[in-house]
Amino acid sequence: MKMNGARIMLECLKKEGVDTIFGYPGGTVINLYDELYSFKEIHHILPRHEQAGTHAADGYARATGRVGVALATSGPGATNTVTAIATAYMDSIPMVIITGQVPTPLIGNDAFQEVDIIGITRPCTKHSFLIRNVKDIALTMKKAFYIARSGRPGPVLVDFPKDVQMAMGEFHYPETVEIRGYKPNLSGHPRQVEKAVAMILDSRRPVLYVGGGAVLGEAAEALTTLARTLSVPVTTTLMGLGAFPECDDLSLGMLGMHGAYCANMAMTHSDLIIAVGARFDDRVTGKLSTFAPHAKIIHIDVDPTSIKKNVRVDLPIVGDVQDVLQKMLIQADKNSEKVAAFIETTATWHADITGWKEKHPLSYHQSSTIIKPQYVIEKLRELSDEDAIISTDVGQHQMWTAQFFKFNKPRTLLTSGGLGTMGFGLPAAMGAQAAFPNRQVITICGDGGVQMNIQEMATLVQNRLPVKIVILNNNFLGMVRQWQELFFDRRYSSTCMELPIDYIKLADAYGAKGFVANKTDEVESVILAGFKEDGPVIMDFRIAREEKVLPMVPAGASLNEMVLNA
Amino acid sequence: MQHTISVIVENDFGVLSRVATLFSGRGFNIDSLSVAPTNEEGLSRMTIVTRGDAQVLEQINKQLYKLIDVLKVLDFTDGSAIEREMALIKVAAEDDARAEVLRIVDIFRAKIIDVTPKSYTIEATGNPLKIDAILELLRPLGLKELVRTGSVAIGRGAKGWNG
Ligand SMILES: Cc1ncc(C[n+]2csc(CCOP(=O)(O)OP(=O)(O)O)c2C)c(N)n1
Repeated sequence: MKMNGARIMLECLKKEGVDTIFGYPGGTVINLYDELYSFKEIHHILPRHEQAGTHAADGYARATGRVGVALATSGPGATNTVTAIATAYMDSIPMVIITGQVPTPLIGNDAFQEVDIIGITRPCTKHSFLIRNVKDIALTMKKAFYIARSGRPGPVLVDFPKDVQMAMGEFHYPETVEIRGYKPNLSGHPRQVEKAVAMILDSRRPVLYVGGGAVLGEAAEALTTLARTLSVPVTTTLMGLGAFPECDDLSLGMLGMHGAYCANMAMTHSDLIIAVGARFDDRVTGKLSTFAPHAKIIHIDVDPTSIKKNVRVDLPIVGDVQDVLQKMLIQADKNSEKVAAFIETTATWHADITGWKEKHPLSYHQSSTIIKPQYVIEKLRELSDEDAIISTDVGQHQMWTAQFFKFNKPRTLLTSGGLGTMGFGLPAAMGAQAAFPNRQVITICGDGGVQMNIQEMATLVQNRLPVKIVILNNNFLGMVRQWQELFFDRRYSSTCMELPIDYIKLADAYGAKGFVANKTDEVESVILAGFKEDGPVIMDFRIAREEKVLPMVPAGASLNEMVLNA
Repeated sequence: MQHTISVIVENDFGVLSRVATLFSGRGFNIDSLSVAPTNEEGLSRMTIVTRGDAQVLEQINKQLYKLIDVLKVLDFTDGSAIEREMALIKVAAEDDARAEVLRIVDIFRAKIIDVTPKSYTIEATGNPLKIDAILELLRPLGLKELVRTGSVAIGRGAKGWNG
């Protein structure tokens, strides 16, 4: 049966199991929208901005592990997706972004709403395609989804000219795909695995340092079993939170710039770091020359370019992290006597760690009047559902969430780690809620970043997506203000928001419900009232304005040079 | 240290700019780059001369492999390849200088490919160091124009790049 290219595209999405897409119409995608009108298998959500739509697809992907799909028209629609594509790229999120393009004969002519979106996004996509012919649509989409989700995942952009959408063709979806230049190495080398386990059993002060790759690679279970089998303490990056239950005694919490004291001390004193799906980012290592001075490093990652990019590595293992951890577990089980002896020899190490935990636990000064942001996070943790999905925006509130929420399950924290994109939290929560209509989805934002995609309130209300929006409102661009306080002599250049916003009225304007808490004893009742609402809600917590995120490793300092209270 | 790398790529839309973007985006150097189709259907071969220490080179290799369009990266740093470059050189040549130019051309087994009463145009082929050497000798006579192709390289021995 012949059909037009637009319809073929939708059939491809259906074949890939796509049930929801986030898109915004325009001239070069009007044919696609015309087909969508009667295509019932795909639920289309109309955001109020293409950036937000693309973040929503990203949130959908982070929460589900499936490929998120966003759609935008050519020119300004396409450029509006760029920040969200870069956000997904930095955090290795599987996405396919379909952009309309001017008809192929006009490409290169500066036609109306023409932009070289492939060129613009080249450095922030895993790959991109321009579909020039209707007969190439199916194979291109098969490749796009395969590339997006396999190996180290990432966003793939497909530029889809209008004339190709209108051309008629047959639809045959390929069963398999073979790309000769792309063969991700998934299976960890058995000899390397053996060596890794031997190195662990030889160590006295081992630490598992776990990044977002463990979440992306569905390795949480294998990781948890391995850590418990060997009794090795675990610290995670911001992106790794949830890969290992923070309620476990072996958990050190998050490491790095705003990491826990015990985590940073453990890294500094360790004699063996086992990096799992992590990339030794500068926010994690602090000053490189003094990073983990006594440690040998085992680095497990599916992406060979992550290995030895920033630090020397003694034992690289390229492979899918779940596969490698499972193989390590089998190897450990074969050596159960040695494992038992090893665990005994690490007793002093565990004692050191307990000492650090007790010496400087994450803490804050509670106030009976002024709301402390950390207290709000603790209350949210206490009062939210066990399987709640939390997204954050970027800033102080993001770090307080990472420090105090205590994540126990993978894919329950959605946060922009690599790019640090303000405006991410609300639309990402929207995407997660679209994927899981029956789970509690909460976004924790600052009063700065929440404004960057506040228009999505309309999308939430229209689509009955009951996201709970928590604003930790300090009326400052708090994280920048903190740096100005500590490093720029309190010269608060353009970080005070001056104009306070009435979020109750704002919620009301969109047909949602708003609550405000001004004092500590109002926090719990506002959270309970907000959670009780069936629809989307804004909860505005007027917090202590100059509260700081601590501890803090100043940029460029060593991990053990933490500022604990300033 | 200088390295010569051959990259076998899909002859796809935008592949050259993907490689160029990778080098510029990550701050890797390109001293020269040449690219043309190969004998194999749909494949092109790039030869890139770059600089960096062992760690940088390892990253360049891995990052190139990460590009979907890249099939193979051949790193020729250990002298396992034969390298050639061609230069077209327009040099001023009047009076006594004419004989001097001819002598140099002869010594380097280069060719005169265009002649005017005031100039010679020379085609020189060889290892890039040889090109440097002939240029060194011609420069005092007055170079009017110079075009170099950049290196191309091929592995020694009977085997092709894929066996
Ligand atoms: C799009 C974007 N612009 C600027 C920044 C720089 N930046 C990082 S944190 C921050 C302040 C965020 O303020 P707010 O949203 O109020 O959150 P808070 O830090 O107060 O919790 C800024 C401006 C950024 N990360 N993203």
